[in-house]
Amino acid sequence: MQLIERTAAELRALMAQGEVNAVQITEAFLQAIRAREPQVQAFLHVDESDALAQATAIDQKRKHGWQLGPLAGIPVAIKDVLCTKGQVTTCGSRILENFVPPYDAHVITRLREADAVLIGKTNMDEFAMGSSTENSAFKTTRNPWDLERIPGGSSGGSAAAVAACEAPLAVGSDTGGSIRQPASLCGIVGMKPTYGRVSRFGLVAFASSLDQIGPFSHDVTDCALLLEVIAGHDKRDSTSVYRPVPPYSRTVNTPVKPLTIGLPREFFDEGLDPEVNACVQEALKVYRGLGANIKEVSLPHSRYAVAVYYIVATAEASSNLARYDGVHYGYRAPDFDSMIHMYSRSRGLGFGKEVKRRIMLGTYALSSGYYDAYYLKALKVRRLIKEDFDRAFAECDVLMGPTSPTPAFRVGEKAENPLAMYLSDIYTISCNLAGIAGISIPCGFTKAGLPVGLQILAGPFEEEKLLRVARMHEAQTDWHLRRPRL
Amino acid sequence: MSRPTPYTIVIGLEVHVQLLTRTKLFCGCSTQFGLPPNSATCPVCIGMPGVLPVMNRAAFELALKAALALQCNIAPFTKWDRKNYYYPDLPKNYQISQYDLPFSTGGGLEIMTPQGPKWIGLIRVHLEEDAGKLLHDETGRGGDSLVDLNRAGTPLLEIVSKPDMNSPEEAKAYLEELRLLLREIGVSDCEMQEGSLRVDANVNIRIPPEHAGGRKPLPGRQYVATPIVEIKNLNSFRAVERAIAYETQRQFEEFQESGKQLGEVSKATAGWDDVQGVTVVQRRKEEASDYRYFPEPDLVPVEVDQAWLDRIRATLPELPAARRKRFESQLGLSAYDARVLVGQGLAFADYFEKVARECGDAKAASNWCSNQVLAVLNERKISIQDFPLAPEALADLIIRVKKHNINAQRAREVFGIMLQTGETADGIIKRLGLDVSFDAEELRELVKKSIAANAKAVADVKAGKQKAMDALVGFVMRETKGKAPTDEVRRLMNEELAKV
Amino acid sequence: MALTGDQVRWVAHLARLELTEEEFQLFTGQLTRIVDFIDQLQQLNTEGVEPLAHALPIHNVFRPDEPAPSLSVDEALANAPARKGDFYSVPAVLD
Ligand SMILES: [Zn+2]
Repeated sequence: MQLIERTAAELRALMAQGEVNAVQITEAFLQAIRAREPQVQAFLHVDESDALAQATAIDQKRKHGWQLGPLAGIPVAIKDVLCTKGQVTTCGSRILENFVPPYDAHVITRLREADAVLIGKTNMDEFAMGSSTENSAFKTTRNPWDLERIPGGSSGGSAAAVAACEAPLAVGSDTGGSIRQPASLCGIVGMKPTYGRVSRFGLVAFASSLDQIGPFSHDVTDCALLLEVIAGHDKRDSTSVYRPVPPYSRTVNTPVKPLTIGLPREFFDEGLDPEVNACVQEALKVYRGLGANIKEVSLPHSRYAVAVYYIVATAEASSNLARYDGVHYGYRAPDFDSMIHMYSRSRGLGFGKEVKRRIMLGTYALSSGYYDAYYLKALKVRRLIKEDFDRAFAECDVLMGPTSPTPAFRVGEKAENPLAMYLSDIYTISCNLAGIAGISIPCGFTKAGLPVGLQILAGPFEEEKLLRVARMHEAQTDWHLRRPRL
Repeated sequence: MSRPTPYTIVIGLEVHVQLLTRTKLFCGCSTQFGLPPNSATCPVCIGMPGVLPVMNRAAFELALKAALALQCNIAPFTKWDRKNYYYPDLPKNYQISQYDLPFSTGGGLEIMTPQGPKWIGLIRVHLEEDAGKLLHDETGRGGDSLVDLNRAGTPLLEIVSKPDMNSPEEAKAYLEELRLLLREIGVSDCEMQEGSLRVDANVNIRIPPEHAGGRKPLPGRQYVATPIVEIKNLNSFRAVERAIAYETQRQFEEFQESGKQLGEVSKATAGWDDVQGVTVVQRRKEEASDYRYFPEPDLVPVEVDQAWLDRIRATLPELPAARRKRFESQLGLSAYDARVLVGQGLAFADYFEKVARECGDAKAASNWCSNQVLAVLNERKISIQDFPLAPEALADLIIRVKKHNINAQRAREVFGIMLQTGETADGIIKRLGLDVSFDAEELRELVKKSIAANAKAVADVKAGKQKAMDALVGFVMRETKGKAPTDEVRRLMNEELAKV
Repeated sequence: MALTGDQVRWVAHLARLELTEEEFQLFTGQLTRIVDFIDQLQQLNTEGVEPLAHALPIHNVFRPDEPAPSLSVDEALANAPARKGDFYSVPAVLD
């Protein structure tokens, strides 16, 4: 196995044994980026000399026998939605093309403190709005398993970077499935932690009550390792929860026994691709073989989740994105004849179509005369969705189902039909609305060789259990060892 | 007093005050006034991407304190909302404010009117963030406007009154009472010049049908009501009074022409031109503002329990209304005197109380404080904290004036010397020989002597020329080197003249 | 329920978005279809259901009233599209 195909845990062990150092590892991944980026296009910015300087500093630390962080020398790719001090942070948008934040996101601070090597900023749907990464203002990222297809989104760059072995770890953000869906489509592990588990400080907001940052990795052990680093309270985020972070990486190999798995019947409805369903059924067989008790449950209001999501998320987004107006930072259109015109032209030219569409929808849902029918109604149904989960978790440890109804679709296939694109998040969205934790792990491939993901959901702050359950399947299978041929 | 009008004025005031915190509502930037432009900002108050607000505890507690002092009902659960509108001094293009669940509702305060005390009710008090400052091109050539975000994110209390005021004087009295209260409890310094107190006035008039020029009241009303106009940019209490007086008369005149009533056209906004002394009504916005309020997802709700409220209540000083009542009932002051003393603020009323306690004569202490002391403060433009005489020193003067029966003019002289030299009252009185006391008989003898020696003056007085009295009294004063108490001499002189 | 052109124009104005004619046509159709889709919520009876704005029941989060360093004027204005002296500069705003 090549160095770049290794997991973070393996690379850590190799460094500890003195087989390889951080600079060599970083060089290997930079080499992979140089070789593969023309096809994959996962990154928006890679600063080679900066990455090597970080790696050199870590090697120096190791040489001097200084204490090293848990991710010492491990390259991590960063979705360009996270602010990095002194480095351009674009959020995949023209409107922020030249924006240089004077601050690091909390997660970035945590990664630096853990001695990770921040290897580059990854492509994404503009302002994390999309399920294919086609909405980036800058490039279209390809699925490493089939370059004609999309990697999923909105964290498609981060998912593709890990799948293509351009980085062993990546961070993304998940508002309605933006980590789990691309992880599923790219055949890797991706997790959305409980709302409040990871600080959102420095995460460019899409929908504040739904956004959460989470890890991408080849396997569950690495996911645990990265989550351990980024999770925890931050006094700069009022919604970040004051609660100790369990040592996920130390407990990940302990199976959960007894284990009751709930299968929400709504996750196996029409619209689910038969090949995807077959892979999920195989995974369930594995759990059954491990003695799990599997029962059908119902989340009766989940059929409304997409509608609720597209009201709540767009309403919040319409307000969150109001600040991009060409006054204090960001793009200002060159020609205008008044203040209002300056605003609307800068925003009209600075934002892409999907962002404008969602701002329009969210503005409409909040506007006078429609607020009760749309926004308020959606918040009420949101409670019903959450209560469905509360009932299910009262009798099950975890819920399982497919992450995405279909494998990766072709570039351009759904670009003209936003509603069809929205429906590709049908299984991931309710998790964000309820604020619970969810993970996608690889569970097979279609005949065409496209990865399929198994989604596992657990109650609030049950990440530890979620990782242990995910690891049980992984220990019995080898899907996580597959790497695309590039 | 305003002229009697053929209509009733209805006024509701929206007051914004800046809270006396060290830092802004959601970040650690300074709230100090007058810093160089854009020198007190950070990613949070500039509204940069990805940053988040965290509520300042002191701001929330000051807000609670104000609401308790204003006798509001404190909500056990409160939350924050976003008010969405675009303006270049509002960096996020939404203001974090409170919409449907403000932390307090109701309450009010009592003002004094010529007809007696009057209760002005409040609709609500809520907490929100301030915007930055926009500087316009003053040359009038349409040059760029400039944005300073130092003020952006400063904590503001919005206090919305009921339309309970019926004259410009009442509006002013309400503002004075509100300012006094907020200053005394340390919630705000209420400096209008620095923008830490801002007033918008909602004004209309009610015209009885007989003066409505044939117009009939709309169904459900006994009177004709004119459309409400919100007057903004009122930068002094005087401006509030003048603007309301002007605007109400303007509405009456406009109504004579247009006949438009409340409910027939939308609310308008007006600016106040202090130089011209006129309100300038801006175009009525037929497209009502659509602020798209929704719950602020980046902040969490606040629950306030009884224990917390008790803790805040314990920090409240005696409030002006209670103190006035106590001055009346406990110290026997008149309502007017109590109002004057308390109206000067906490420190002044404290000073008075010390003087009263030390000298044992509240009425005399009140007279001294609200006349001589206040005059000095006004003349020197200083506050009571910088007044050179300790309350004990003034009390001492009051005691001695009484003991030696020193007349008012000489007493003021002593007071003046105390202020200038810092000498004690005792020392000055001795030096001036004012400590000599005359018994009544001694004085009466001098009075008789004066009558005997000034036959002409006595005849003049008898003939009704009161002016001649001065010569008779002056004789006694000369005899006593000016130390005799004039009032007493006059009283005795009248008695003795009656016998002549 | 189809969105009218006037509604779309009004929403674009509220959101300060200048749309091209092509975008205007496109969004009018697409938003109508999306609104039709989300109208399915109206079938559901939600009487007596409390709205859920925050997924987690956290409350009373405060920070102490302690000063933290501000940005320097140059740092604050570093990203400004137009700067005049120590201010952000914007086209004339008419009150
Ligand atoms: Zn600040």
